Amino acid sequence: MSVKSRLYAAALTSCLLAGPAFAQSVNLYTTREPALLNPVIEAFTKDTGIKVNAVFLKDGLQERIKAEGANSPADVMLMVDVGQINQAADAGITQPIQSAVVDKTVPAALRGPGNNWVTLTQRARIVIGSKDRVKQDAITYEELADPKWKGKFCIRAGQHPYNNAFFAAYLARNGAEKTEAYLKALKANTARKPGGGDREVARDILSGQCDIAIINTYYIGLMSKATNEQKSWYEAIKPLKSTFAGGGTHVNVSAAAIAKNAPNKDNAVKLIEYMLGEKAQHLYADGNFEYPVNAAVKEAAAVKLLGALTPDTTPLGEVAKNRKAASELVDKVGFDN
Amino acid sequence: MWRPSTRLALLAALAAGLVALPVISLGLTALSREALAVWPHLTANVLPAALGDTLLLLAGVAAFCGIVGVGTAWLVTQHDFPGRASLEWLLVLPLAMPTYITAYVYVEILGFQGPLQSALRALTGYRSLRDYWFPDPRNLTGAILILGLVLYPYVYLSVRALFGMQSAAIVESARTLGASRWTLFRRVGLPMARPALVAGLTLALLETLNDIGASEYLGVRSLTLSVYTTWLNRSSLPGAAQIACVMLLVVVGLILAEMHTRGARRFALPVKRLRPVGRSRLPRGAAWAASAACTLPVLLGAILPLAYLIGEFLRRDLIIQMDAAMLRSLANTVAISALATAVVVVVGVGVAAAVRLGREPWLPSVARLASLGYALPGTVLALGLLVPLAAFDNLIADASRAIFGASPGLLLLGSGAALIIAYLVRFLSIALAGTQSGLARISPRIDDAARSLGAGRRELLRRLHWPLARPAIAAAALLVFVDCMKELPMTLLLRPLNVETLATLVYGHASRGVFEDGALAALLIVLIGIYPAIMLARAGNGERLAAAS
Repeated sequence: MSVKSRLYAAALTSCLLAGPAFAQSVNLYTTREPALLNPVIEAFTKDTGIKVNAVFLKDGLQERIKAEGANSPADVMLMVDVGQINQAADAGITQPIQSAVVDKTVPAALRGPGNNWVTLTQRARIVIGSKDRVKQDAITYEELADPKWKGKFCIRAGQHPYNNAFFAAYLARNGAEKTEAYLKALKANTARKPGGGDREVARDILSGQCDIAIINTYYIGLMSKATNEQKSWYEAIKPLKSTFAGGGTHVNVSAAAIAKNAPNKDNAVKLIEYMLGEKAQHLYADGNFEYPVNAAVKEAAAVKLLGALTPDTTPLGEVAKNRKAASELVDKVGFDN
Repeated sequence: MWRPSTRLALLAALAAGLVALPVISLGLTALSREALAVWPHLTANVLPAALGDTLLLLAGVAAFCGIVGVGTAWLVTQHDFPGRASLEWLLVLPLAMPTYITAYVYVEILGFQGPLQSALRALTGYRSLRDYWFPDPRNLTGAILILGLVLYPYVYLSVRALFGMQSAAIVESARTLGASRWTLFRRVGLPMARPALVAGLTLALLETLNDIGASEYLGVRSLTLSVYTTWLNRSSLPGAAQIACVMLLVVVGLILAEMHTRGARRFALPVKRLRPVGRSRLPRGAAWAASAACTLPVLLGAILPLAYLIGEFLRRDLIIQMDAAMLRSLANTVAISALATAVVVVVGVGVAAAVRLGREPWLPSVARLASLGYALPGTVLALGLLVPLAAFDNLIADASRAIFGASPGLLLLGSGAALIIAYLVRFLSIALAGTQSGLARISPRIDDAARSLGAGRRELLRRLHWPLARPAIAAAALLVFVDCMKELPMTLLLRPLNVETLATLVYGHASRGVFEDGALAALLIVLIGIYPAIMLARAGNGERLAAAS
């Protein structure tokens, strides 16, 4: 081994083995991006003295915890899609969260079966329209299928989890046949091939490529704060009050669960309780313009920007159950082709 | 104690076993009972479109890389024109760009608020896309062009090396016989280039097949993307495994095609000093055309995207992103990639040496198996490795608890060793192919001569093969390093707690939709990748020298 590679090896070892100087710690597996989590984590460590070791995973968080099995260091998992967190619970890698704080703060409808997961924040998936070219201020999701939007509708890939959950909610309300027809009609209205990210639909409205699009609410907030050209995307669009016909707005959640074999279970509960507290809810929800789950939190940034939220009443569990069927319908109608 | 060749053969078998591990675990998953239920849906609704798109993508990228790679390689080795010496190595630069970064940059440059459309609007007074048409890179054509721009250097490198090593005699004979420049290229250059073209194309196409970031961003519904959606949206790992198996068939097809083309021909060079081909001077107009033809791929593949990133960096004062966390991930990236490169190269050289020296008839097949890892999509491979590696970790942890009363935690997954193993499986073929191509140029007759002079196998390796193959091995090592550094899906899934690399950092920001927050990390990946890319171009020259000396 050359001197150089020895140095590299030493550097690697020190990177990988640098142990925390904290007596207490909690290990976090998260699909939520670190930049959004760090402020809350830092506050938690400062207030409690418990160090948080985190790994940001995307696809495969579940498979990893499952494979790591009894010796997994994972204590808390954080995910940003109801389908995924529900599936983790179904896969048996979570355990019931036993906490009076959780029970008191979060309504039962926003907790998983057997308290196996708990909602931290909510985000809505709504319709935005061009400020100049769209007159109406409210819309039903059903109306998006109207031929009047032909060649004017933009959306990211139908197989993206956000759309998948939205279509699953539609499916839970309307059944397979109507959903298939809905997807076909939506596809026929698209101005371009479904793809890109959520923010790009706002840009495509600015450019005139489309008039109307679907987006998660927090992107609107983030664009409103942008210091680059995204600010002009924000200025070109307006949020429409979006609901299912005779229902509410489609919401998804960011949620937490405790790993079945959590080695630091007490600290895991502490972290989740902390994240539900008013201070953390402000830090965590406002940083990304999400709706706090703790009703005591007033003046959330999302509410200030977009008004209060009336979530659709379809239980999140139902949405999660229909994900697979919705995904198959997306393939069947060739939505992303 | 075993003889050295036996030990090497064992190493080869071990490496092949390691590569086979995820393939087997994938195959088992694909054949589970649950999987068989998914199959009808996949064949009816997913595979036809995905397979069609993927084949079109592969064909397009192959055509692009073939034309650009062979064309530029021929120009820089056979002709003299302004800027030739610089272009010879500049043409390698796009290799330093991760495809997902190039894709992002092009969507920005060609976008509504990008420089081109803004200028067009300023000039014409048009106000929105309703008034004019502008090319949109977010489709299959865009993906072909963008992937082609990043991947053509694979073809360029291997073809250029071959052109550079041809005996001058052939080309000169053809010239004497009155062949025009075009005839020379068509009748002499192209047939000569074929094996190198196929080798380079195989690499480029495997990269294309594995790409997820760029094709997803550009809206191409490839097989790889279908693996993801099937796995994640339908929670059907078995279904994903089946699509992955279809991909594997495509790959096997590619590899068979390569072997078929290579056929029984051997490409060992004579030992005696080769006279390099004299470059012909081009007439003025043709010379400038050649300059332009070689500049364009460099400009579009490397300089323009790089300039865009640097421009953003300056315009937005992104230096503030250079904080402690960024420095830590920079150190992580370099350290992990360097360590992985060392491991990959040592094993690759070992397996190649085993094939060269070993008598066991199964060795070539084993080496081919050990190369398969490159063909698996990163996430699928990582998932395939996760189960056996974690099982091993748990075994150790439980045993240690039983014996010592304390557990070291997860040995491989907790230390990052799992990541190194994954890189080994994925990138072994690069080191192996590199070493083998270096060895292939040493005629077996030299081995025989050395043997007859009493040299043992060990001495043969140390005094003959190693010095002669070293440049090729060094080039392979650089490729492995760059690939490790850019690697995303396996790094994301298998790294330990509290470890970020530059690639995971970029991904973390990009998946929030704020790529600009990761722009500095992206720039660092490119800048670190440029140095090895230049070395690689130089190594190509060095190889020629080494072969000649």
